[in-house]
Amino acid sequence: MEETPHRRRAHTRSSDLERYAGLFAARTGVMRSSAMRDLMAVTARPEVISLAGGLPDTSTFPAATFAAQMTRIAQESTAEALQYGPTEGFAETVDCIIEVMGAEGMLPDPDDVIVTTGGQQAIDLICKTLVDPGDVVICEAPTYPGAVPVFCSYQAETIQIECDADGMRIEDLEAVLAQLDGEGRRPKFVYSVPSFQNPAGVTMSLGRRRRLVELARQRELLVVEDNPYGLLRFGGEPLPPLYQLDGGDFVIYVGTFSKILSPGIRLGWAVAPPPVMEKIVLGKQASDLCTSTLTQHFVREYFSERRWQEYIADLIEIYRGRRDTMVAALREHFPTEATWTEPEGGLFIWATLPEYIDTSDLLAKALREDVAFVPGQAAYVDESRGRSSMRLNFSGVGDEEIREGVRRIGRTIADQVELYGALTSDSAAGTTSAPLVAPEAKPASDGGDVLPFRKADEGAA
Amino acid sequence: MKVAVLKGGRSLERGVSLRSGARVEDALERLGHETIPIDAGGDLVKRLTAAQPEIAFVAMHGPGGEDGTVQELLEILGIPFTGPPVAACARCIDKVLAKHELRAAGVPTPDWFAFNETAFRELGAADALGELEQRLGFPLVVKPSRGGSALGVKFAADWFEVPEALVSAFSYDSRVLLERFVEGRELAVSVLGGEALPVVEAIPGGGDRYDFEARYEIGRTDFVCPAELGESEAAAVTGAALAAYEALGCTGFSRVDLILGDDGPQVLEVNAIPGLTDTSLLPQAAEAAGMSFEDLVDRILALAREPAAA
Repeated sequence: MEETPHRRRAHTRSSDLERYAGLFAARTGVMRSSAMRDLMAVTARPEVISLAGGLPDTSTFPAATFAAQMTRIAQESTAEALQYGPTEGFAETVDCIIEVMGAEGMLPDPDDVIVTTGGQQAIDLICKTLVDPGDVVICEAPTYPGAVPVFCSYQAETIQIECDADGMRIEDLEAVLAQLDGEGRRPKFVYSVPSFQNPAGVTMSLGRRRRLVELARQRELLVVEDNPYGLLRFGGEPLPPLYQLDGGDFVIYVGTFSKILSPGIRLGWAVAPPPVMEKIVLGKQASDLCTSTLTQHFVREYFSERRWQEYIADLIEIYRGRRDTMVAALREHFPTEATWTEPEGGLFIWATLPEYIDTSDLLAKALREDVAFVPGQAAYVDESRGRSSMRLNFSGVGDEEIREGVRRIGRTIADQVELYGALTSDSAAGTTSAPLVAPEAKPASDGGDVLPFRKADEGAA
Repeated sequence: MKVAVLKGGRSLERGVSLRSGARVEDALERLGHETIPIDAGGDLVKRLTAAQPEIAFVAMHGPGGEDGTVQELLEILGIPFTGPPVAACARCIDKVLAKHELRAAGVPTPDWFAFNETAFRELGAADALGELEQRLGFPLVVKPSRGGSALGVKFAADWFEVPEALVSAFSYDSRVLLERFVEGRELAVSVLGGEALPVVEAIPGGGDRYDFEARYEIGRTDFVCPAELGESEAAAVTGAALAAYEALGCTGFSRVDLILGDDGPQVLEVNAIPGLTDTSLLPQAAEAAGMSFEDLVDRILALAREPAAA
């Protein structure tokens, strides 16, 4: 009946805040909004349909396969699987990584690869290696929400470059680089998720990929390409990764097994030029010595069966269906003023609502209907941006829940649209001293929050 | 003693409540009590009935746990509980109701207007908003009537920002208030058993002074306790806080938030069950008064067992 008692701290004095506050590192001062954290905590209730997660569907992974592989590891490699391993990772794991990257046309040198604890650690190690407080880091707007706290904790000055349907606007990047030149500053790197971006779902066009790689080469600028979803393409032609276009001179590559096998095994990797890799390895040594040897054994076993691409093909079928379901539901239940992206792969759709709707507040209302999404502000370092957008995940829940979840969110939005209409109606505008105006008459705010993504109906399927 | 610690629940302040509850459990165990932690859900009554606690420590924040709902259940079950009684909780959680009570009792609180959602949807209340400029002026603060922390609280610098702020505030409650913005120092007075603890001042660090979310966040706001106040200022502030506590019928403990402006203190709201986490203001105030967290928890329990005050 009672909850399991957890270990209690032994001290008896209080004054905790004062005692520790003076000890905190400056980097802890850059914290995310607690209000938002509290909202996200509520999304974990079991009755909530969560379109907020970034979870791949692991329910279709065959349990028998998993059991057989773990048994074989136990029978054949118990001692090694329970032991520390090399900081760079096992050579056999790197072989699997080379195979995965080969499937997208990349041919890295195995010596340039390090196995990390998820792609997240790779991002952390790259920042640890390159970023001093105050250094400039450039990324997309919106950017991967999980990268925001990493950039913040290394006290980077993060500049976000707007995306459109073809990914990061490289002409805007060039303008920012020119401006930085004028200030005598040089960004440490440009971080991008070029394919099926998290959270926007957009993919960088081939032209922009080429231009970005060219810029990197001309300016000796590092680009960090984070590519968790490249193999999860449902439609359209595959595009070469930046790493392939560049050959690995200026592009540092981040990959992961999370979306093509399992996020629970926490296996990712980074590929970097040797001088950078040397520092990354030292950084990893300090962080956690080595990546889990047990799960590296699991990947080795799994890849030895040569069916890893079939599993991805299965996932693609599932996700394509769910994306279609979500897009159809958005068309049916979201107001005409809303726009959204229609990704050709990956896990996410990014929807943008009329600018008078703040999606953090909308989430509070939606939670009463037991449905959740990620408010757009999570994808921005400056939390005042992205306020009218939201990230919707279609990979983690089934079709029925997607339909119902989108229906509930749509109803919540419709309610706010109607209310806003009542607040700004013509009769209200007729009052003498203080007319309330229609949204289009609103004076330009700081702007830039609403991404110029194609309206859904015009978008390529 | 066997103490049930009620925490969590479904409110948006669930996260804070779980932290408050965990800290209270620690303290209770160090005080030698038997604790029964309960995350308030559908089985709350069953669990309370089965566990038969001698007393319930309510460490819940926001609607559900701080609005009298849980307190009413505890009364029905005959379990004494910490913090204010049902009626006081119901008054404190509803800022509009609380402000009416405060004004009736002569406690200073900033001018305001309250609107129900139906007034806008069905009665064309938007036409009445024009009156606000004369009565409240700009800037003004838009708040959901029921709701804790800074959620849904927006600042409107001019007319153009009002509809958007209203839409946000209505996301949390069907009633909102538009309140005159009072410039001044932000103070919190925790009241324990009818006595004021040292005043805490929140000094927002740089950045946007109207960023309400940053206000009570460690690292973005500095907290000074006791606040540096002159003798007469301190008397006026604690006087207003105690008057507010009484006017709303609080017992046990509560926290009164005020602004100290040019015209003296103005009460913004009373939190029936303020946060009890490591970074919350009530424990800081108790500390400044020489009470450890255990002392504070012990005192709150003792107050709950006293016969109800008038």
